[in-house]
Amino acid sequence: MSEELKFTYNVDGEDFNSAGQASVSVKKNLRQLGIDPEIIRKVSIAMYEGEINMVIHAHGGTADVFVDDEKIGIVLSDKGPGIADISKAMQEGYSTATDTVRALGFGAGMGLPNMKRYTDYMNIESQIGEGTTITMHVKYQ
Amino acid sequence: MTVNELSNNDFLTPVVICDAGVEISGVYIGDLLSWVMNTLQEGQLWVTIMSNINILAVASLKEASAIILAEGVKLPEDIQETAKAKGINVLSSTMPAYETAKKLSMLGF
Ligand SMILES: Nc1ncnc2c1ncn2[C@@H]1O[C@H](COP(=O)(O)OP(=O)(O)O)[C@@H](O)[C@H]1O
Ligand SMILES: [Mg+2]
Repeated sequence: MSEELKFTYNVDGEDFNSAGQASVSVKKNLRQLGIDPEIIRKVSIAMYEGEINMVIHAHGGTADVFVDDEKIGIVLSDKGPGIADISKAMQEGYSTATDTVRALGFGAGMGLPNMKRYTDYMNIESQIGEGTTITMHVKYQ
Repeated sequence: MTVNELSNNDFLTPVVICDAGVEISGVYIGDLLSWVMNTLQEGQLWVTIMSNINILAVASLKEASAIILAEGVKLPEDIQETAKAKGINVLSSTMPAYETAKKLSMLGF
């Protein structure tokens, strides 16, 4: 793979019913490319958590997935409310999810920690009232 | 044991069976989706009381061999259709998760 491949997805923020679809598509695409299953497993978990966060906390956004010969890159961008205290948000169990969302099984406060755990690099850029961009890398080695 | 062999047990009712030949590697119980995403291993049965559409993406991403709905929880008709379309096996048990797990344990899991 000498050239970088890119997949872009729109993540619908109003629709809890299709939440996770971008992650499911990414998984299929990576499989077709012959990417190592262990790498796909990590990407799936990290991307799913990020995708769900855009749906439940940020009214949706976009997901870009890059494939090059060293890593898979995931960039999740939204124009949601932003994250006031990132280090607090990174704590296991911390969640501002509503009761409605919790009743669906979300809101365990383990999303951002899972994203960190399953990636080799994670950066959060967030501005209150502007939105959040999360960049993650999963390396092949 | 395959999902087909499992579904022959009286304590389970098949709800949607798409891939009956898939091998079961173990069992995981949980309802919080982030915990399931973290811990469930490929091929495991996933015992849960959650029955909304979001369990399908999780089961698909983590390659659960089947979802087992405990406590007699029903899977809405439209979600059954989606499970069929996505190739996800679903069974149900009238027992709570613990008693369901005890039965599964007796089968060797
Ligand atoms: N994209 C986002 N936009 C705004 N807030 C977010 C976003 N992602 C996460 N957060 C904030 O960080 C908290 C922790 O996120 P996470 O660990 O995924 O837990 P959960 O989603 O279960 O609440 C969320 O409750 C929310 O307050
Ligand atoms: Mg989350």
